[in-house]
Amino acid sequence: MAYPLVVTERMMEHPADSHTMERYEATGGYQAARQALGQTRDELVEVVKASGLLGRGGAAFSAGLKWSFLAPARPAYLVVNGDESEPGTFKDRQLLERDPHQLIEGMIIAAKANEVYESFIYIRGEYPKPARRVQQAVVEAYAKGYLGKGIFGTDYNLELTVHLGAGAYICGEETALLNSLEGRRGEPRLKPPYFPAAKGLYMKPTIVNNVETIANLPHIINKGAEWFSGLSDSEDTGTFMMSISGHVNKPGNYELPHGLTWRQVIYDVAGGIRNGNELKAWVPGGASAPWFVPDLHLDRPITKAACAEDGSMLGSGAIIVMDHTTDMVGAAERLVAFFAEESCGQCTPCREGTTWLDMILQRVLDGAGRDADIDLLLDLSDNISVGLAWPPKQTTICPLGPSAVSPVMSLVRHFRDEVEAHIAKGIHSGGQGTPVSIRGSA
Amino acid sequence: MSWSAETIKRARDIVARYPEPRSAVMPLLYLAMREDGYLTDDGIKRVADLVGITAAQVQSVATFYVMYKTEPKGKYLISMCTSISCYLMGADDVLHALEEASGVPAGEADSEIAVEHAECIGACGGAPACLVNYELIEGLTTEKAKDLVKWLRDGKPETINGDELQTLFGGVTSFDWAIKEENAAIGPYPAFPVFGTAAVNSEALEPGRGA
Ligand SMILES: Cc1cc2nc3c(=O)[nH]c(=O)nc-3n(C[C@H](O)[C@H](O)[C@H](O)COP(=O)(O)O)c2cc1C
Ligand code: SF4
Ligand code: FES
Repeated sequence: MAYPLVVTERMMEHPADSHTMERYEATGGYQAARQALGQTRDELVEVVKASGLLGRGGAAFSAGLKWSFLAPARPAYLVVNGDESEPGTFKDRQLLERDPHQLIEGMIIAAKANEVYESFIYIRGEYPKPARRVQQAVVEAYAKGYLGKGIFGTDYNLELTVHLGAGAYICGEETALLNSLEGRRGEPRLKPPYFPAAKGLYMKPTIVNNVETIANLPHIINKGAEWFSGLSDSEDTGTFMMSISGHVNKPGNYELPHGLTWRQVIYDVAGGIRNGNELKAWVPGGASAPWFVPDLHLDRPITKAACAEDGSMLGSGAIIVMDHTTDMVGAAERLVAFFAEESCGQCTPCREGTTWLDMILQRVLDGAGRDADIDLLLDLSDNISVGLAWPPKQTTICPLGPSAVSPVMSLVRHFRDEVEAHIAKGIHSGGQGTPVSIRGSA
Repeated sequence: MSWSAETIKRARDIVARYPEPRSAVMPLLYLAMREDGYLTDDGIKRVADLVGITAAQVQSVATFYVMYKTEPKGKYLISMCTSISCYLMGADDVLHALEEASGVPAGEADSEIAVEHAECIGACGGAPACLVNYELIEGLTTEKAKDLVKWLRDGKPETINGDELQTLFGGVTSFDWAIKEENAAIGPYPAFPVFGTAAVNSEALEPGRGA
C-alpha cells in the first residue's frame, strides 16, 4: 500500500542528503519560487485557494482564504509556526530537519503571494537541531541569492530570520507567538481585534502558517491545484502528516492521503497494537482532541468532516494510541496536567480550572477520590467551557483552557466505570487507596 | 562578569537582525546564559540595555519561559518528557531511574547535573524520550537512563552531541535521523550557532539583515 508522497518524497528517496541545497536543486528545487516570482498576488492566492490546501497547524483553515484576508497596509510579515508542542505531534520536526529548503522555497512563494519582504521561522527552543539545519539552509540560500536583496535576479527582496522559542506550548497559538517574537511574554492576544491578518507582528498585517502548510506550496505551484486535489479521494485535498505514537508496533510520522479509515491507519500503517493487545482508545488529533473508541469510530474515515461529525478533530494530525492495559484516569490526568502546566495564566477559567481538574484527577488516582468527584469534574469543566459543546464554547482569550476539558469529557463519557472503580478502592470508600507513581518531585 | 567584545558584537548583530530591537530579547537571553551558565541579574541588565527596555521588563519575559534558568543548572540539564505518549511508554519509571542514579530529584540540581520533567518534546514516536542540554535521546529505557548518568558523571564530556547520545543510549526513533552532525551543546541551553551557544560555530550569523 504505497501512498503518494509530497512533502516527504525527497527525504525518503535521498535520505543521506535531502537537507542540502545541492540535492534540493538536483530534484527540481527552487523552480517553483522562480515561477512564483513572475506571478501576481491574485494568481498565487487563486491557485492556493483552488488547491484546497488547509492549514496543518490544527485549525484546518483554508490557506488561500487566509491569504486573501491579509489587510492592505504594508509592511506585512510572514511568520512560519514551527513551535510544534502539542503532545503527540512531531511531524514538523522531521520536515524542518530533513528538508529545510522545501520550507524556505514555500516561504518565498508565500511571501510573494502576500507582498512580504521580511519573514521569520519561529522554532520551539527544544528543537535546536532542526533550527541548526534550517539556519544552515538559510545561509546557503542567502549565498545563492535566493534570499536577501534582489532574489533570483529579480527586484524582489526577502529577509528570513530563524527565531528560537524558549519552552512554552502556548507560543504555538499564533497571537502568543507574535508577542513572543516581539520579545514579550507569550500571552495570546484577544481576537478581535488582534487578528494577525490585520494587526499582527508590530501591529502590522501578518500571515502565520504552519511548517507543513508552507512545505506543500512548492509542489502546488509546480504541479497545479488539480493535481493536489486529485491526491485524495475525499473532500480534503492533498496529503497530510500523521504522527502516530503510543501502543502501536510502528510509531512514527506517516504522510497519508485523507479519507483512510482509522482501522487502516492503526492496523495497516502503524502495524497494529503492541504485543497483540486490544485497542482501547485513541486521541485523534493531539492532546486537545476528544478521544475515539473502537466500537464507535474504528471504521470511520479520517476527514475533517467525519471527525467533526463524531465530535472531535484531526487537529495537528497526532494520533496517540492506547491499549487495554492503559489506566484511562492516568491518561486523562497526564493530558490535563499538560494544559495546567502550559496555561499562560491570563484567564481565570483556564488558570484555575485546569489546575483544579488536575488535582481532582490526581486524588482519584491516589486513592483519595470521593463519590462526588465525577460531578465535580463535570461542573468544573462546564465552567471552563460553557455547555460542554463541541467545538467548545470559549470563555477565555484562547482555546487552550477549553481544550483541557476534552480529556475529562472523554474519560467520563467512555470510561466512567474506571473512574468509579478508582474511587471505590479509595480511602473515602473504606478502601486502602492505591497510591500510584506520579511524576518526579517538581 | 563582563562580556567580551566578541559577545557584545554578536549581541548587536542579533539586535540588528530584527525590525525592532525588543524582538532580540529571547536570543539575547540565551547569549546571556552562555556567558554566565545561567541567567544572572547582570545578564538580565545587559539584555535590557542592549534592547532599550528595563530590567524588570526583561525579567518578566525571562520568567515566562521554562528554558530561561534563573538558577544554576550544573553542566548537564536532563529534561525527561512525562507527557502522554512518553507516559504511556513508561516515562515515569525512567524519570525515577534518572533521579536515583544521579541523586538529584526532579526540579533540582547539583554542581554537575540537573534533572527536570518536561512537557512533550516532540519525540513521541520515539517515546520515552529525554533531552540532555536540549540534545535528544529517543527510545530510552530505565537501564540506559542509569548508563547515561554514569557516563556524564564519569566522563564529564565538554560538549554534548545528539548523535553520540542517541547511539549510546537511544533506541527507537520518531523517524530516520539519517544525517549525522558535528554540532554540540556546551551548556544547559540550546546549541544554536547564531547565538554562540553551540560548539561548532560556523558562518551562522551571516547574512546580515538588509537595511
Ligand atoms: C493553544 C494552541 C497551540 C497551538 N500550537 C500550534 C503549533 O504548535 N503549531 C502550529 O502550527 N499551530 C499551532 N496552533 C495554531 C495556530 O494558532 C495557527 O492557527 C496556525 O499556526 C496557523 O497555521 P495554518 O493555518 O497553516 O495551520 C495552536 C493553537 C492554539 C490555540
Ligand atoms: S485560555 Fe489559558 S492559555 Fe489561553 S490566554 Fe487564557 S489563560 Fe492563557
Ligand atoms: S509525549 Fe514525550 S515527546 Fe511527546
